Amino acid sequence: MLNYDLVVVGGGPAGMAAALKAKECGVKDIVILERAETLGGILEQCIHSGFGLTYFKEELSGPEYAARFIDLVEKTDIAVKCDTMVLDIDENNLVTAVNKKDGLLKIQAKAIVLAMGCRERPRGALEISGTRASGIMTAGTAQKYVNLDGYMPGKKVVILGSGDIGLIMARRMTLEGAEVKVVCELMPFSGGLTRNIVQCLNDYNIPLRLSTTVVETHGKDRLEGVTIAQVDEHLQPIESTKEYIECDTLMLSVGLIPENELTKNVGIAIDRVTNGASVDEMRQTDHPGVFACGNVLHVHDLVDFVTMEAQLAGEGAADYILNGAKETVYVPTTTGNGVRYIVPQRVNIKNPNDVKLYFRVGRIFKNAKVVLEIDGNVISSKKKIKLAPGEMEDVVIPASVLAGMTENSTITVRVEE
Amino acid sequence: MKRDLICVACPRGCMITVEYEGTEVYSVTGNTCKRGEEYARTEIVNPTRNIASTVKVNGGVHPVVPVKTSAPIPKTMIFDCMREINAVTVDAPVKLGQVIIPDVLGTGVNIVATNND
Repeated sequence: MLNYDLVVVGGGPAGMAAALKAKECGVKDIVILERAETLGGILEQCIHSGFGLTYFKEELSGPEYAARFIDLVEKTDIAVKCDTMVLDIDENNLVTAVNKKDGLLKIQAKAIVLAMGCRERPRGALEISGTRASGIMTAGTAQKYVNLDGYMPGKKVVILGSGDIGLIMARRMTLEGAEVKVVCELMPFSGGLTRNIVQCLNDYNIPLRLSTTVVETHGKDRLEGVTIAQVDEHLQPIESTKEYIECDTLMLSVGLIPENELTKNVGIAIDRVTNGASVDEMRQTDHPGVFACGNVLHVHDLVDFVTMEAQLAGEGAADYILNGAKETVYVPTTTGNGVRYIVPQRVNIKNPNDVKLYFRVGRIFKNAKVVLEIDGNVISSKKKIKLAPGEMEDVVIPASVLAGMTENSTITVRVEE
Repeated sequence: MKRDLICVACPRGCMITVEYEGTEVYSVTGNTCKRGEEYARTEIVNPTRNIASTVKVNGGVHPVVPVKTSAPIPKTMIFDCMREINAVTVDAPVKLGQVIIPDVLGTGVNIVATNND
């Protein structure tokens, strides 16, 4: 059996930033366990730019952003085991993993950071009738084919879902000579960033059809076309609007699901909205010494925020390893009008620092206010020209306010129209 | 003339209004940073974009290495630039930051590798 102070599960941007922060805080023995052949996570295939504007104040591509952290990890004595799959974590923080070189590994950890990221919602999760013809894939899979493996998965493309990966792939396929016929979005608004609609769709005259979905796929061996239809207010397809579109590829960009099998096995409480662990402001789960950060906790739109969140988790894990469990008085964060979820789900009022709450709204709001209310008093009220479900927002509880709170206090974030 | 733009300089996506005549910009409003003003002016006078793609590699870990434009190029040259990028093959090892095509299409912009391979 191996012994490490900190085991980090996942070597993407979250795992690397958490490990580096813990190292900086004085943790000695750290190991990162990564399933893929190299560190970097999904950033390796995100070759477009737009990463790092917040954190590095410059615009980087995904691999460039990852390389900065890979270089930093390599300069430390943080152990890295790639090609390594974590199979289990038990209630005593014993990690079981496997790889070709070491065989079965048992690692006893003082603390664990969960940074497994997320995966794409697959076709099976949607109710689309039709055969299992080839040419139907998630947008991220297509992105791997084009950007890492170097081949084109198709020539005539329909994209279902207007998440960022779908939008990015619409542009990428167009640049490589494919014809992207349409991007269909079930909801009446896009789940992607506005800038991506402008620079990925509008720039190339690719139509975005809102309140529209794919109802059937056609073709036996290879996809030959899809039937699309508009949906009513209950998201049900309207028969009279059915339309056939010829295509050989259907890409799905219909949401990301945090990959929490390990988390659930430990018995850690999961937030039903985020599908990630329920955590405190240092990203500690309800299992002592187990922290979670990045897309395994909740799906982020920007890697910069993943990095910052992972640093909190790394700091929290370091504090737990070096100083033991803290005195905690938890107050839950409550979602008010228009707010779909808040991370963290609870705040330790003994925390001496400002605490930032990240949240998403449930629909589009224009000229609204974001209100933070503590014990019924308005602490802050910030005007927003636009709030959209695709864009994460934040609000800060000042340390001074936190210090005046009691175990019976309430924290609410709501949108005021 | 008045035109509403959505800024693509950063993920914030500010809604910007530009007042202009021909290529003369009178006012830019709605932006929340300097980059936004710059974007709006360029968008009226000569819209530019960064592009990212891949280049074939001989003998590398992966069959392709990612590349990008070192600075934005005129929007009208995007597809010509893609043709140049797709015509090139490089030999491994490729270093992050390595210039793959210098001065692409006489723009003064380089095509550079954005990963090691």
